[in-house]
Amino acid sequence: MIPAAFEYLRPKTIPEAIGFLQQYGDDAKILSGGQSLIPMMKFRLARPTYLIDINRIAGLSYIREEGGYLKIGGLTREADLDSSALIHAKYPILADTARVIADPQVRNMATLAGNLAHGDPANDHPATMLALRAEVVASGPKGERILPVDGFFVTLFTTQLEHDEIVTEVRIPVPPPRSGGAYFKLERKVGDFATAAVAAQLTIDGDKVCRSAGIGLTNAGATPVKAAKAEDFLRGKTLDEANIAQAGQLAAEEAQPSSDLRGPEEYKRGLVKELTRRALTRAYERAGK
Amino acid sequence: MATKQLVQIKVNGRNREAMVEPRLLLVHFIRNIPGLTGTHIGCDTSHCGACTVVLDGKTVKSCTMFAVQADGCELMTVEGLATNGALHPLQEGFKQEHGLQCGFCTPGMLMSSYVLLQKNPSPSEEEIRWGISGNLCRCTGYQNIVKSVQYAAAKMGQGEKHDLPDIA
Repeated sequence: MIPAAFEYLRPKTIPEAIGFLQQYGDDAKILSGGQSLIPMMKFRLARPTYLIDINRIAGLSYIREEGGYLKIGGLTREADLDSSALIHAKYPILADTARVIADPQVRNMATLAGNLAHGDPANDHPATMLALRAEVVASGPKGERILPVDGFFVTLFTTQLEHDEIVTEVRIPVPPPRSGGAYFKLERKVGDFATAAVAAQLTIDGDKVCRSAGIGLTNAGATPVKAAKAEDFLRGKTLDEANIAQAGQLAAEEAQPSSDLRGPEEYKRGLVKELTRRALTRAYERAGK
Repeated sequence: MATKQLVQIKVNGRNREAMVEPRLLLVHFIRNIPGLTGTHIGCDTSHCGACTVVLDGKTVKSCTMFAVQADGCELMTVEGLATNGALHPLQEGFKQEHGLQCGFCTPGMLMSSYVLLQKNPSPSEEEIRWGISGNLCRCTGYQNIVKSVQYAAAKMGQGEKHDLPDIA
């Protein structure tokens, strides 16, 4: 399959890339990892007239803690997350997420920023970023805007990004001590989108009490779902089996999955309930370490 | 028609260049410019991994990348595995252990396995299966592919030992 013809632009700097976006407006698309965009172009579901390849912009690939945030560059690949000692040691929820995205070849190209900017509720990082209360740094002609991930996803394939903005960084507040998180995904086979998946992040007080909870759901609605009722329910509660199960029940009620080839709606709700229980249980174990 | 771009790629150690349309996929560049048809087009939708090549040391699906993106990069295809007519231990392994039947997925399997063994010279069975998880095979059930990679890992491991100075 051959995509429609396009003009190829390869800016060396972010201002140059933003300049192209201003010049060409909606006719232009940013090419980052390209692992969603290029298949869409081959199916001609996307037909940009100008393709702005940002892969050669220097200094956009990094993973570092700075100023109370874990900062991940706009061109940081999934494979970089999966091979990062910092991520494995302190953010295992991110390692959980990165390693179940697509397959090894795709992870060598695909970027975290692109995974969010694409606005696909079937993508894996949005749920994790909701659980972690992450922020997206959008760079545009007027400078940077900091957009909380909660609210970033407007509707299917639509985010708060303006046409002349680029995601240059994703930042996650460094969790307090005694925090932990996990991502659980059920997929039919490697490379498939989630039938359902759940990200859970917990901070605990003492040994057993939940101080705060973040829960995000993948492929459970037109946008990534923040299971706010389940989060609120857990705050201040003892993290015993009954409360964790009840949080799973609430998350399942908040999910809005559609019946499709991956299963009927009822089955997917059941999955959300069980995967929430498992993700919270693992998050609690990790927080207690 | 879009503006053609000059693309220069070092393919298996040899510089190749052409003026191409930006929409030319890397796999079509590989098959049509140097005429290296070992890299296969399978699903053409980024699922099967038959088109896997090694770009600057990393496996990528050449059906899901434009040739212009690889400009200035080093590329290795299945044709780059054998040296002076001698099969690479992986190729030998696939032959010895019957790691293929129809052979369509084999080039991609070999390239994924090649990078896997570079990063991890003695992988466990699970690590091998994880390493080739982006490559589909409809013939073998993967069993013999895993054995083929194990064969190569053992042979390459022996080679390393053989290279140690003889202190006896």
